[in-house]
Amino acid sequence: MNPNDLVMKATGLVKRYGHVTAIDGAEFELRRGEILAVIGDNGAGKSSLIKALSGALVPDSGVIELDGNAVHFKSPMDARKAGIETVYQNLAVAPSLDIADNLFLGRERLKPGILGKVFRMLDRKAMHEEARQKLSELGLLTIQNINQAVETLSGGQRQGVAVARAAAFARNVVIMDEPTAALGVKESRRVLNLIKDVRDRGLSVILISHNMPHVFEVADRIHIHRLGKRCAVVSPKTHSMSEAVAIMTGAMDPNDHPAGAYC
Amino acid sequence: MTTTTTSGMAGVSMAVDNRIAEHERVADAAGGKVASFTVEHLSPLERAHRFFHANPVAAPAIVLLLALLGFSLVIGERFLDPFNLSLILQQVTIIGILGIAQTLIILTAGIDLSVGAIMVLTSVIMGKMAVDVGMPPVVALMAGMLAGAVTGYINGLLVTQFRLPPFIVTLGTWNIFFALNLWYSQSETIRSKAIADTAPLLQWTGQSVEIFGARLTYGSLLMLVLFAAVWYALNRTPWGKHVYATGDDPAAANLAGIRTNRVLLSVYVVAGVICAIGAWALIGRIGSVSPQAGMTANLDSITAVVIGGCSLFGGRGAIWGTLVGALVVGVFRNGLALAGVDVLWQEFTVGLLIIVAVGMDQWIRKV
Repeated sequence: MNPNDLVMKATGLVKRYGHVTAIDGAEFELRRGEILAVIGDNGAGKSSLIKALSGALVPDSGVIELDGNAVHFKSPMDARKAGIETVYQNLAVAPSLDIADNLFLGRERLKPGILGKVFRMLDRKAMHEEARQKLSELGLLTIQNINQAVETLSGGQRQGVAVARAAAFARNVVIMDEPTAALGVKESRRVLNLIKDVRDRGLSVILISHNMPHVFEVADRIHIHRLGKRCAVVSPKTHSMSEAVAIMTGAMDPNDHPAGAYC
Repeated sequence: MTTTTTSGMAGVSMAVDNRIAEHERVADAAGGKVASFTVEHLSPLERAHRFFHANPVAAPAIVLLLALLGFSLVIGERFLDPFNLSLILQQVTIIGILGIAQTLIILTAGIDLSVGAIMVLTSVIMGKMAVDVGMPPVVALMAGMLAGAVTGYINGLLVTQFRLPPFIVTLGTWNIFFALNLWYSQSETIRSKAIADTAPLLQWTGQSVEIFGARLTYGSLLMLVLFAAVWYALNRTPWGKHVYATGDDPAAANLAGIRTNRVLLSVYVVAGVICAIGAWALIGRIGSVSPQAGMTANLDSITAVVIGGCSLFGGRGAIWGTLVGALVVGVFRNGLALAGVDVLWQEFTVGLLIIVAVGMDQWIRKV
């Protein structure tokens, strides 16, 4: 794979809130088919960066490119239309609706012809079949009942539904915000495997996480954010967890590491 | 000799089978929970909980069946008479229709105290337009529907644009719409005969067909059609899914790409139009147009929705529940009246049912 095959690239991003500079000239590069973890201390501005990439905030200046073309996201919907899906920390699912409904929430399929156009009738059969297919592609289909309400699922299963939704509709990038934060050991493992599956299907994944062991387990590269900008991109093969944390907190200059600050 | 060998082999294969079964049991116990939806062993109470959680109409339906059974045992023929049963249906028609509007609002985690006031105001507009202004009855009817849409739009605008709680908004508009109604009607009733002479269409909902001794009014049939239409909209169209999602968790619905403010606004407008249809049924039921009619309809509609198993916290409930809820109230009132029980015990029973229904909802909502 050509390492310079960038799916997403941002240069010179700036976002200010009054006197506070949340993003201070940040750079960002995401390769095709990789899991890029984004780590940073609280207040380093990583969530602002992610919001800019997912369309949840509009940067004051800077350029975001998708497949080499400049994009200007005004809302998360714009990003979704461009093939970027986000799995939010609170999952953004409707607990009382069933699994199939949640997968298609906000982009339901209508029956062809007059039933769909005039009577706005949902094509439930097509939606169920597609949902079943998407879930089994991700190895999630021990789910027997696709009509089960999401609130009856465990945390890991809900996460699975949210990830499946993102993976099903993303064409370029899946952004995952703290996907293992609320999960137990076994469920975390399951979700980490899901993230790898998503990558193996050719999508690029941006993983925001505070959990260093999880980051080091799945990430291909690690983007380290500090004081509103990217200070290093390291590989879990060359850097140890404590070195990454040292760079993140400013205890170590990334250039002092034998592998250098960027990979 | 041969037999022992065979039995010995059978013993071995059985032991192997056992070992595989043992192995599978262990594997299932270890790994099944995370990835798969294993069948757990549930106590009867948990099973009941699951059932009621999945079928929100079940609980009120059981109450309705028990009430029908109880009253037919105690009162007998007089209660089960088709005419009496159709009378109950007539008695719940107005509340049923307003209950449909109320269900939509409550599904979005709102509440609408103004449904009764919208109904009375639009009935006055229909009557005045037809009788005083001399519009063709169809146009007068449409004017009433339009007024219903506008009043609903005002509620929706206040809820979505000014971010005011629906309870407060509709408490305010209840008073405003009722005052407008008194001002516009000058507190005068439009007589039944005047309507019959100029706009019999407005009283059409009071006419009836007889089927096996049951007298079904067109108003009741209209109510049933409305229930079916709203069921379709809620369960078979994207709009319905968005209504549920918005009521369930508006922030999540927004992130999922649903424009929740537009959904809310549409719900209030639709509710307003349904209240205007209720106004048509009201004119048919009482024959005249009275600015003082339907005074208790606001709270009665909420009662029907709540007894019907709809959660006041939004996102949970089914439209048929409201019909069942309205029927439960109707059956209890009718049955207790036929049994010669004092009216105050009807109120007492309805109050009790409300509290039991909300208690049930609290229990059912727990997952």
